[in-house]
Amino acid sequence: MSLIINWNDFTPISALIGGALIGIASVILIATKGRILGISGIVGSLLQRTNTPQDHYRWRIYFICGILLAAVIGNVLNLLPKLDISSDYSTLIVGGLLVGFGTRMGSGCTSGHAVCGLGRLSPRSLVATMTFMASGFLTAYVFYHLI
Amino acid sequence: MKNYLTLFAGFVFGFGLIISGMSNPNKVINFLDITGNWDPSLALVMLGAIPLAFLGFRWIERSHKTIFNEELHLPGKDHFNPSLLIGSLLFGVGWAITGFCPGPAIVAMGLGSVKAIIFIVSMLIGMLINDRILKLVLKSN
Repeated sequence: MSLIINWNDFTPISALIGGALIGIASVILIATKGRILGISGIVGSLLQRTNTPQDHYRWRIYFICGILLAAVIGNVLNLLPKLDISSDYSTLIVGGLLVGFGTRMGSGCTSGHAVCGLGRLSPRSLVATMTFMASGFLTAYVFYHLI
Repeated sequence: MKNYLTLFAGFVFGFGLIISGMSNPNKVINFLDITGNWDPSLALVMLGAIPLAFLGFRWIERSHKTIFNEELHLPGKDHFNPSLLIGSLLFGVGWAITGFCPGPAIVAMGLGSVKAIIFIVSMLIGMLINDRILKLVLKSN
């Protein structure tokens, strides 16, 4: 077991710029809509059926359309790196179930806890982020090296 | 106007995911797999995002209102329960085996990736299992 940094794939500048855009997006949403940019919360709330005023759905749908628009435009401008998905279908299904279930149970994912929560210096989000990062690192080790 | 700003926020977020490399599952896996051929890029995504979020949230939370003078919907910061830990733990497992978290999966779906669509449908089912079934079971006990 050793740590080898893959300098060929290391993209520090685009990672920092992309990260900055993610941070800016979270500020735009809180400043204009008063909402936390948390994708699992935004998507999960769309599945809610009871006691929901129209705006409950509206802003969330606009937000998701914005993401889809970025994907489409990014694709047209050829900005997107080649999408590498090596997982097979059964892994995607199990992983999807775990991500959906886990993010709702844990009240957030990478965007809500790790970007907004840590940005707000929330101890709750720090605990959540450390938990899913640790779980992610450990699982990657087990899944890609042991089994 | 506000709806278009929300759309714009989604657009900037999606663009950020694309540029940063977060929307590419194998890059995410190469970050989580430290003992493989480690690509530390995604740590820098956090480094780029969090300081700006910090400044923005500090500014807006001090004014207690949005720029349109509407209320803020802010979750609590100090509420700990087993669900937070168990949920985050399970999320980490799903994230590592697929390289997808919810935001990037939406980007990949926008590209028409069938694999991303399969992931998203499973994710929605996982969400419903937690929101509808688990909460009902817990309530009945």
